[in-house]
Amino acid sequence: MHESRPQAPGVPWAAPAAGQGMALGRWVERHISWFFVLPALLFLIAVVAFPVLYTAVLSFSRWSGAAAESPVWIGLRNYADVLAGDPGFRNALFVTVYFTGASVAIEVMLGVGLAQLLNREFVGKGVARTLLMLPVASTPVALALVWRHMYNPSNGIFTWFAELLRFPQQRWLADAATVIPSLILFDVWQWTPLVMLITLAGMVSLPADFYEAAQIDGATPWQAFWRITLPLVRPTIVAAAMLRFMDSVKTFDQIYVTTQGGPGIASQTLNLYVFDQAFQYLHFGYASALLIILFFVILAGNLVLVSVRRGQA
Amino acid sequence: MSGGSVGPGPARIARRVLFYCALILVLAVFVFPFFWMAFNSFKTNEKLQEYPPVFRFAPTLGNFLNVFQQAPFVQYTRNSFLVAFGTVGVGMVLGLPAAYGIARYGHRTVALGILACRMIPGISFLVPWFIIFRSLGLLDTFTGLVLAHLVITVPLITWIMISFFEEVPLELEEAARIDGCSRVGVFYRIALPLVRPGLVSAGILALIFTWNSFLFPLILAGVKTKTLPVVVYSFMTFDYLDLGGIYASATLVTLPVVIMVLLVQRQFIRGLTIGGLKG
Repeated sequence: MHESRPQAPGVPWAAPAAGQGMALGRWVERHISWFFVLPALLFLIAVVAFPVLYTAVLSFSRWSGAAAESPVWIGLRNYADVLAGDPGFRNALFVTVYFTGASVAIEVMLGVGLAQLLNREFVGKGVARTLLMLPVASTPVALALVWRHMYNPSNGIFTWFAELLRFPQQRWLADAATVIPSLILFDVWQWTPLVMLITLAGMVSLPADFYEAAQIDGATPWQAFWRITLPLVRPTIVAAAMLRFMDSVKTFDQIYVTTQGGPGIASQTLNLYVFDQAFQYLHFGYASALLIILFFVILAGNLVLVSVRRGQA
Repeated sequence: MSGGSVGPGPARIARRVLFYCALILVLAVFVFPFFWMAFNSFKTNEKLQEYPPVFRFAPTLGNFLNVFQQAPFVQYTRNSFLVAFGTVGVGMVLGLPAAYGIARYGHRTVALGILACRMIPGISFLVPWFIIFRSLGLLDTFTGLVLAHLVITVPLITWIMISFFEEVPLELEEAARIDGCSRVGVFYRIALPLVRPGLVSAGILALIFTWNSFLFPLILAGVKTKTLPVVVYSFMTFDYLDLGGIYASATLVTLPVVIMVLLVQRQFIRGLTIGGLKG
């Protein structure tokens, strides 16, 4: 990744001017590399590492979070409850896997297809690229509110589109059977452009002579895509998929604003389930145990993806 | 590929027409919700309730006026800017030296630790923070909100800036050292001015992320420090019928982001993919 450039202390220009008062200055200069990263490191310890440890401790207790009350140590009970088949947890796990798996898969396929479409010179390429950044960059809450109303079964524009196209009547987010596909559509709309723009950047850097050679050999554009483009941009595609996986598991704003996990718990992801346990039901101990489990789920997911990437890089 | 020697052949023209049709269709799909957001913000509440959706109506600024009168929207906008700029400022102070340290001296573990923050869902920090902030009196304060959002901006700024610092030629720094510049001086006087373009795009990206943040202020902010995404959301919960307020406030919160995207353009994608494409 990053090559370290060790600075030998014997390098002539490394020695500052001699003198008694300079001892501290010399010591600082010698360990200077740590002084650069120290502020960020201290911040991480205080604001990330310490709270995570605190969560781990809290996960062994029962606590309503009330300041007047103190946590009651209950050992592994929370973990036992989660793993013994808390139906809410199992549902959330299923919803998360369904939502994340389907969204990321569709985004990658569509994104690569669109990148192939746009990988040529045309009038307004810059404008197109900028427009495609908008869904990625805009405030998720604002987008979610717009989508929520577009999905409205009584006066949303999607309901009208469905009627124009003679589709059977849809209740979109209001129906447990269609809520996750509807959320996936929203996610696909928002994030396919990112996959597309990343893949496009990878395609642009491919050497042109491969294609010229393929053309001389009589390859069709279709064959050129499958045999040349796809294998060459595969590392980029895998990286984009990883990025999407990491972010998709974290999705909160879009689901919270459109459905709050509903109807019932039909769209409650792990993220929303933990949020509800902590801030709705004030089960802080239980929520902490869930967070530790979630942490390991994400870690495992990332490790699998990293090893997949290593294996084919 | 080559369509005849004299001008483009009909097959080639047909292909090009087909391509532009596909392009326009794709762009329409991705731009439509934005158009709909802005378009609807000029409709009255009655028009917004109509079915089928209306496309011809007398535009009104009523929703925007309402938004500014009903809620202390100006104060909330100020809150959002305060938190965003505060977080980016402190994020730079923490992130820039770290990025330089990693780029020049290769602190791999630190780099990975910073990157790990990006993978952990925000909710994991929120539960312990809520409890800790409450006992420290940091709930509903700008200090608390800035602290929380640093978890987003420090990794972002650090990881973007690592690659910019790596591009600074080492010879320049060595020359400055021979001239008697300290290592901190080299960072401050030589490296930092050279990475200014990267600095600007990292800053704008960090601004966008903080501006968009919803989960942290939802729990950690209160009446005094509420930021815009929470306010926009509250238009829905208190009074669902105020669709006009929702559309107008959604448009207002999105507008600065659109402007910032236009400013950073290509750097935007580079910043978003940081950590995903490296490491």
